[in-house]
Parts: sequence; structure tokens; C-alpha cells
Amino acid sequence: MSKVRVLVGTRKGAFVLTADAGRERWDISGPHLAGWEIYHLNGSPVNPDRLYASQTSGWFGQVIQRSNDGGKTWEPVGNKFVYEGTPGTHQWYDGSQRSWEFKRVWKLEPSLTDPETVYAGVEDAALFRSSDGGQSWQELSSLRSVKGELWAPGAGGMCLHTIIQDPGNPKRIFTAISAAGTFRTDDGGQTWRAVNHGLQSNYELPDPSAEVGHCVHCIAMHPSHPDVLFMQKHWDVMRTDDAGESWHEVSGNLPTDFGYTIAVHSHEPETIYIVPIKSDSEHYPPDGMLRVYRSRTGGNEWEALTKGLPQSNCYVNVLRSAMAVDTLDPCGVYFGTTGGQVYASADSGDSWAPLARDFPPVLSIEVQTLP
Amino acid sequence: MIRVVLPMQLCNLANVSREVELQVNGPATISDVLDALENRCPVLRGTIRDQVTLQRRPFIRYFACGEDLSQEPASNPLSEEVASGMEPLRVVGAMAGG
Repeated sequence: MSKVRVLVGTRKGAFVLTADAGRERWDISGPHLAGWEIYHLNGSPVNPDRLYASQTSGWFGQVIQRSNDGGKTWEPVGNKFVYEGTPGTHQWYDGSQRSWEFKRVWKLEPSLTDPETVYAGVEDAALFRSSDGGQSWQELSSLRSVKGELWAPGAGGMCLHTIIQDPGNPKRIFTAISAAGTFRTDDGGQTWRAVNHGLQSNYELPDPSAEVGHCVHCIAMHPSHPDVLFMQKHWDVMRTDDAGESWHEVSGNLPTDFGYTIAVHSHEPETIYIVPIKSDSEHYPPDGMLRVYRSRTGGNEWEALTKGLPQSNCYVNVLRSAMAVDTLDPCGVYFGTTGGQVYASADSGDSWAPLARDFPPVLSIEVQTLP
Repeated sequence: MIRVVLPMQLCNLANVSREVELQVNGPATISDVLDALENRCPVLRGTIRDQVTLQRRPFIRYFACGEDLSQEPASNPLSEEVASGMEPLRVVGAMAGG
């Protein structure tokens, strides 16, 4: 019988939640790596018991941990992230130039084919790859040559937060950076180009349709439709049908098109999920009602999913990496909040229940569907 | 034998007790002590000082004999009390909440 394992990264450690395919009774283990910020933990699709975790601290810097038993035990691996060559400069908040400086790993994305290969998206924004299970890291540095001097940090820092591998084309990888935009390689990371045509940042950029500089919060892909990507931008929910060559807005009837996270249903490539957030400064759900919005039409037409979610006095946020889906039928959807709740739906979002109510603020959620 | 007291987070990370004893030859400096510490506990590389520049991380401080050595050059010789093990070198996480 299949099992589900939910990997939760929080401000004070990692938690691993497991259940059988019924998804009714959950076991919780953790906190693992307690007291540290776990920005992300993720499992290898090839060897699901091989997990990688980004353990980080403002005091003590970056540690990468690896598990070979599904998160029961952990061992530290390499944490030396050195930019290739002279790091150069990027734009600071006030438009001045500032040197690239490594701060932390936001995203760990294991290879689709090799458990020893894993990608790391870091702040200040860059992409690294390890081919030895995380022991050593090399930058794919040409990414930063795509007008890196014009990239700038968002409120959370200048982070490379999304890495998506094309399952049908091992040479193609998408990355997303806040605030720079979306980038694509078609040659395994040797060369990159910006794929932001169609994005409009009317309040954030002097040229609203600039080639780079957009505050992309998250992008998502269904593996069966690798040319279709969905994006939650700082403002606007966007979609591309040609692998990023052109984007168009699909915000439709959303109460607000600001938000952080976005996910695609595991069996319905045109069903997508977001959590609208009030902005520019509040960053909590509109009207104190925590609502996931689902579109079954690939955008534009959205319905609020509220059953089981707090519909009054709720002022949490759902961060960019904090929503994921399982591959069971019906599809399970999971998200975590800055209030420490982890909510799950075992019926594609129709109804929700908390798996945890009192975790530290949730930074990331990943879900593994195990045989 | 030089005694180094570590923050609890780093003790847990390196799986060592709060106080670590290290053999450092010659007139010991903070750099020498950290070299010896990192050789014994490689997981601590990058957690106290930058792995490339060897600069102290911004939220780390060094105390010994009631004095703050954080701003001293890391190549300065440590006092006889620290070098002899009579007093520990304390590696401290700055007070900054969290």
C-alpha cells in the first residue's frame, strides 16, 4: 500500500509526517536538526530515502544535511558554496551596486535520474550543483551573466528559490529568482537566458516589461506538460504555454493576485492552486479568511476552497515553498503557514484538515508518495 | 592543551561536549585554535569563520579571561592563561534573539 511522507522545513527544525494512502492518521517525527532554520528539505525521486536538507542560521551560517533513511538520521555534507571567478555585483535595494555574497541555500532539488546529483538555489542568487551527494558544490555561473548586475533582492533577500527540471529533456532546467525573473537553460546549465517576456511589474520596475528584474515568487510545472508553467508573481498569476517564451496573465476573478506559492494538481495539468495574500504590506489572507483558490481551467476562473480552513481572524502567510501535492488518487494538497499550521486535503482541495497546529513558522513543504 | 567553549548549537552539530580540548603547538593564536578545531570537527568549517576569507562570521564573538577578543587580529598570540589551558577561549553567538 502506498504511503505519503510530508517533509516540513520550519524556522526551528525539520519535521517528517507520514501516513498511509488513506491519509487519515499521521505520525509526526521531529524536530530534526532542532533550533536551526530549515529552509528546505527534499527527497530524491530515484531513491526516496535519500533526503537533503538546508540547515541555516544567521549566527552559524550554512550546513547541508543528508539522510539515507528517509529522515530518521542525518549526516552533514559539504557546505562550501563559492561563486565561480570574481563574483561581481548586483543591484541593491536603493539601486546601487553591491558584491555577490553567499548567505544561505533556499532550495535543494535532487536530480530526476541520479540520487548523487542535487541542485542548490542560493542567496545571493546563484545555482550550484553537486554530483557527489552534496559533498562538494560547483556553481553554474553563466546564469549570473544574464544581466546579473540588474538583479535585486526582494524583502526576503535575493534568492534563487525555484528549480524545475524538464522530465522529458534532461538538458532543460528552469530557475526563478526574486527579484530577477525566470531563466532557462537548454544545454544542462552551460548557458542561460531570461524567459520573462510578458511579465509586467508596473510598481516595481522603471521599465515594467524589462527583460530582468521581476519579482517572481514561485513557478510550477506538471511533468506531463513541461512547456506549460504557472507563476505566482509579486502581483499577477501568470502562465506560459511555450516554456517561458511568452507569459500571459491568468489572475481572472481572484480576490487579489498577490501571493507566494503555486502548485499543480498531480493528475490534472490544468488544475492549479494558489493562496491569495493581501499586499503590499499586510501579507496575510484577505479579510482574515484563509482560502486556497483552485482553477480547473489553467487559470482565469478560480474557486475558493474553504472547507476546514479558518474563515475568520486568520492572519498567517503561506510562503513560496510551502505548498506541494502528492501523486495519490485523489490528489493530496498540502501547505504550511507562518503560524505553524500544516493543512492537508486528501480530496484535491475540496476539504482540509490540519496535520499540525503548533509547529514553528513553516518555510517549506515537500511531499513524497512512496510505494 | 587549549580549552575551547562552544555555543550549544555547534556542540550539537559537531556532536561534542560544551568544552573541547585541543592540542596546539607553539604560541597559539585564534587562527591556530580554529584550525585545530576544524581539523577535529570538519562540520564546523564555515560556522565560526568564512571558509574562504577566514573572516569571523558577523554574529560570532570570541571571549577569554573576561575580555572581548572579537576585534583583535586572529593572528595575535593568545594569553598565557588560554595557551596553558588555565582559562578557556569562548566562542559565543552574539545576543540577538531568535
